[in-house]
Amino acid sequence: MMSRSMRGRARRLTEFVIERLLFVCAAGSILVTAGIILVLAFETFEFLREVPITEFLFGTVWTPLFSDKHFGILPLAAGTLLIASIAMIVALPSGLLTAIYLSEYAPPGIRRIVRPTMEVLAGVPTVVYGYFALLFVTPILQSFLPGLSGFNALTPGIVMGIMILPLVSSLSEDALRSVPNGLREGAYALGATRMQAALRVVVPAALSGISAAAVLAVSRAIGETMIVAIAAGQQPRLTLDPRVPIEAMTAYIVQVALGDTPAGSLEYRTIFAVGMMLFISTFTLNLISNWLRERFREEYA
Amino acid sequence: MTSRVDAIPPVRTEIVRHLGDRLLAGFGILATLLGLVTLGALLFDVFRDGFGRLSWQFLTSFPSRRASDAGIYAALIGSLYVIALTAVIAIPVGIAAALYLEEYANRRGRVARLIEINIANLAGVPSIIYGLLGLGLFVRWMRMGPSVLAGASTLALLVLPVVILATREALRAVPGTLREGSYALGATKWQTTWHQVLPAAFPSILTGLILALSRAIGETAPLITIGALTYVPFAPNSIWSPFTVLPIQVFNWVSRPQAAFAENAAAGIIVLLAVLLIMNGTAIALRDRLQKWRL
Repeated sequence: MMSRSMRGRARRLTEFVIERLLFVCAAGSILVTAGIILVLAFETFEFLREVPITEFLFGTVWTPLFSDKHFGILPLAAGTLLIASIAMIVALPSGLLTAIYLSEYAPPGIRRIVRPTMEVLAGVPTVVYGYFALLFVTPILQSFLPGLSGFNALTPGIVMGIMILPLVSSLSEDALRSVPNGLREGAYALGATRMQAALRVVVPAALSGISAAAVLAVSRAIGETMIVAIAAGQQPRLTLDPRVPIEAMTAYIVQVALGDTPAGSLEYRTIFAVGMMLFISTFTLNLISNWLRERFREEYA
Repeated sequence: MTSRVDAIPPVRTEIVRHLGDRLLAGFGILATLLGLVTLGALLFDVFRDGFGRLSWQFLTSFPSRRASDAGIYAALIGSLYVIALTAVIAIPVGIAAALYLEEYANRRGRVARLIEINIANLAGVPSIIYGLLGLGLFVRWMRMGPSVLAGASTLALLVLPVVILATREALRAVPGTLREGSYALGATKWQTTWHQVLPAAFPSILTGLILALSRAIGETAPLITIGALTYVPFAPNSIWSPFTVLPIQVFNWVSRPQAAFAENAAAGIIVLLAVLLIMNGTAIALRDRLQKWRL
């Protein structure tokens, strides 16, 4: 009798300890977020003690590694935005068209081939895309765009757009597929063609899901590193010209990390300040994307 | 609408209507081909540039100033070393977190909701930010230096959200009747989880894990950020060794202007893609084998 109740107590204790352990592992993920914010905030704060925040946010010259130092992030931010915009011009229309084709037109056989191929496309390491951009796409583009320099914003933008295409197409396709069939049938019953049903009924109904995909794609483009580090150059320049070398925020972090900047120096802290801007913008975009997706789910739950 | 039979639209608008339909389908096919053709061009380009450079000498040599002597050995061993250690760190923690969220937590509880949102957000943080975290936390604060351990810890944090999300999906697919049957026989929660739920979900967990790790093996930016070296003429022999990995070696060769190094980069990419192919192939084969075995 005695031993049985003791065994029961030991078992309850084990159960309790295991549950606590599992909880600690799950809650640890919050520590990761806290760690990111703390590390970035600490170094950024130290950085801003030496550089006024107005110069950092609104300055138009970025030369922390030169003897004449300027710390205006705008050239880096402009480089990132320029490349991300080009990527979106490629990824959004083609991703959405792919999604419409796969969800509204394609026979299941084609879908079974295309989806895994898209997954392979999404799984290719980004350094490989960088190689492809610099040594394959840029020379081809140069043959009919004579003004294009070896490093530029156009090539990494296009290649990044194709890299992001699977993300846009698979999330948009999911959104289109979760639109109830009754809506399509209603449109057909009124005499709509497949195109009319797709463009005037299904796409508008899935719009918040599609926007969630688009916003997530922008966030991915802003944070993408290797393609821009390899193919866009290392010249922070405030320009909208996609043919000249520029530098993106992520590429600057790579550039400094490759050099031997002593820890604790102002140059070393710049990468955390730039990282902070990167984190804030991608985090905000991810929140917006999540919010849109939740709204979409509520509409068709 | 009208009941008159002759209210059918004229033939011309009918053709126009269906022309639009054809056009949309045509553009859809073109857009779909864009991705596929690019993948084809990329593979063609890499194999054309790099296949001739692949040899036993390339696989077993250390980097060199002369492109024709240089090899991938240090990077290949470095990648395998780092990925193995990443797996050791990320897998137990990730599976434990997923078990808590899926099997234990009160789904509507505020803490579980918070953890869930947090993991979804972490999955969207750019990889280079993890590199900055690793640099500040592991390399500087914990004084690990740019070692294999620091690199693996950074990558472990990076893949943790992926591991958790994949494991949760696998756990969700386990039928509730299995758990109820186990409880009915008097098993406790943990006995049910350990002896019934985990084995049932194991094949798909395994697939998710290998996919998460194959994402980590292609990562370049976070490891460059923590200060992994680009020129390493030795293979790592402990978790405290400095190291390089395949994608960093490729990046290093791409960054050099000489064409001979571009060939090395292409050959390095082929090795990297081969490692990825082997990992994914293993994942699929293991899943099929285990699923059959369980039936």
